[in-house]
Amino acid sequence: MADYTLTELMAVAAAREIRDGEVVFAGTGLPMLGAMLAQHTHAPACCLIFEAGAMASQLAHLPMSVGDPRTMRGAATAAGLSEIFAFVLQSGRVDVGFISGAQIDRFGNINSTSIGADHRHPQVRFSGSGGAADIACLARRTVVIAQHEKRRFPEHVDYITSPGWLQGADSRRQAGLRWGGPSVVVTTKAVLRFHLDSKAMFLASYHPGLSAQSVLDDTGFPLDTADAVETLPPTPQELRILREDVDPERIFLR
Amino acid sequence: MTDKLISLAQAAALVPDGATISFGGFTTQRHPMAFVYELIRLRRERLYLFGHSGGSDWDILIGAGCVKRVETAYVADEAFGTIGPRWRLAVQRSEIEWEDYSNFAMVTRFTAGAMGVPFLPVRSLLGSDVLAKEALTPEQRAADPRTAVKKAHVMASPFDPQDQIVLLPAIHTEFAVLHVQKATPSGIVRIEGQDFADFQQGLCADVLIVCAEEIVPDEELRQDAERNRLPYFAVRHVCHVPYGAHPFAVYRYYDYDPWQLKRYHDSAEDENTFRSYLDAYVYGVPDHAAYLEAIGGAERLSALRADPLLGYSPTLRRRRLE
Repeated sequence: MADYTLTELMAVAAAREIRDGEVVFAGTGLPMLGAMLAQHTHAPACCLIFEAGAMASQLAHLPMSVGDPRTMRGAATAAGLSEIFAFVLQSGRVDVGFISGAQIDRFGNINSTSIGADHRHPQVRFSGSGGAADIACLARRTVVIAQHEKRRFPEHVDYITSPGWLQGADSRRQAGLRWGGPSVVVTTKAVLRFHLDSKAMFLASYHPGLSAQSVLDDTGFPLDTADAVETLPPTPQELRILREDVDPERIFLR
Repeated sequence: MTDKLISLAQAAALVPDGATISFGGFTTQRHPMAFVYELIRLRRERLYLFGHSGGSDWDILIGAGCVKRVETAYVADEAFGTIGPRWRLAVQRSEIEWEDYSNFAMVTRFTAGAMGVPFLPVRSLLGSDVLAKEALTPEQRAADPRTAVKKAHVMASPFDPQDQIVLLPAIHTEFAVLHVQKATPSGIVRIEGQDFADFQQGLCADVLIVCAEEIVPDEELRQDAERNRLPYFAVRHVCHVPYGAHPFAVYRYYDYDPWQLKRYHDSAEDENTFRSYLDAYVYGVPDHAAYLEAIGGAERLSALRADPLLGYSPTLRRRRLE
């Protein structure tokens, strides 16, 4: 029995994707845990920005919204959506953005709009893009957080809310997106990355207690598992910081 | 300068059935909730909403049957409720008409409207179904001249044919309603903390109504004029509405109300409990003062009071509520 939870493992995996000094476009939930943990460990100079307007926040309490007054704590600048989206994100100043959704395909295209073959008559409706489509198009790279279930990892998503590598190879660039794309997918079962040329997802690591085959069984498309290893577990220091400094209220930690 | 102060009831009564309207704020912050409740009490119908990140300000209006068409990027209370329950049901049952955009796209559309230009370009949305698919049918678009004839238009830059750009149509609304920290009777507005897209939304409306926590004298806001972005002459009416954004947060005044948000989301999934919620907190109370009593009165409001340095309540319990 591991001495950490799945949420903690995922938060640590997300944190490790952030490099020191980067501008990080953070979302509500796991991305905030990961970004705050990174700030408290290996990336103290990373800059957290929130789409509702706060930049370079020094969070003392976990926000429950990207417009939460808690994002104002220690912020260097307070502005609005226009400043963040047009002047920071679109102009190419965001190094890494976090997104998630209900479905993801092998090229990292994400659906957070609706389920069903006819988008005008959906079986299940979700919140909609929010800023996700914009982050997916315009961040220098994106980190995707996902629940790993076969139905959530289909061959094709029902609606591309947030473009990933589109149809693979150079199709993203052909569509007019000049930079960016998903670099990693952190799921409840694994960490997945994308092949350099084909842009197809491959299994980088499976979480402790699982196997490459068990991840394949829960994925609706083929995955290259040749180089898969076990996901590195959280260190005691990472766990202590997550539990004591990042989320002592257990807002998102399970 | 002209005194623009009117009562909340007078202001809400200005909005006719079928009006186009946008509300300021962002998910769980600074929505003009007292105004929204008043529209529900007036049983307004066929409203046409424009927004970016609506929370349950939109959700409760949709659930109460006040809304016909929306153009939006998001309807949810984020970690308090990751999908607006009445929004989800209304779409699944084809009870409302909607069009999907992204937050950047909607803010760009408000900006175009505020600037008086017909469209603005962005680099976003390329390759997405937000761009490729229209939720409104051509017939639905044609049926209302206030809806843009098309959702978006992709073109090559006239200055570089290799550069693809997405043009987005301007938004123009009959009304915009903002809830802010401070305003003067003449319409000078002070927003503290993040201003979301309130500035742009306010300036693309014919009638801009500002609800404020505090009404202060002109001299006070004429200090630090760089913090008053909205031109005062663009503001038509000013209403004094303390706690007017409850259950949502107003930076430096009060926090969001986790108990009331939980009660809303627990109620809104089901038809009968949602009706009971409306009866208890909207139809069954005559005005906002009575609403504030119904949600717990002074005791609840003091639990939400913002710490003067932080601008929110650091001790507020947000999970595992009973």
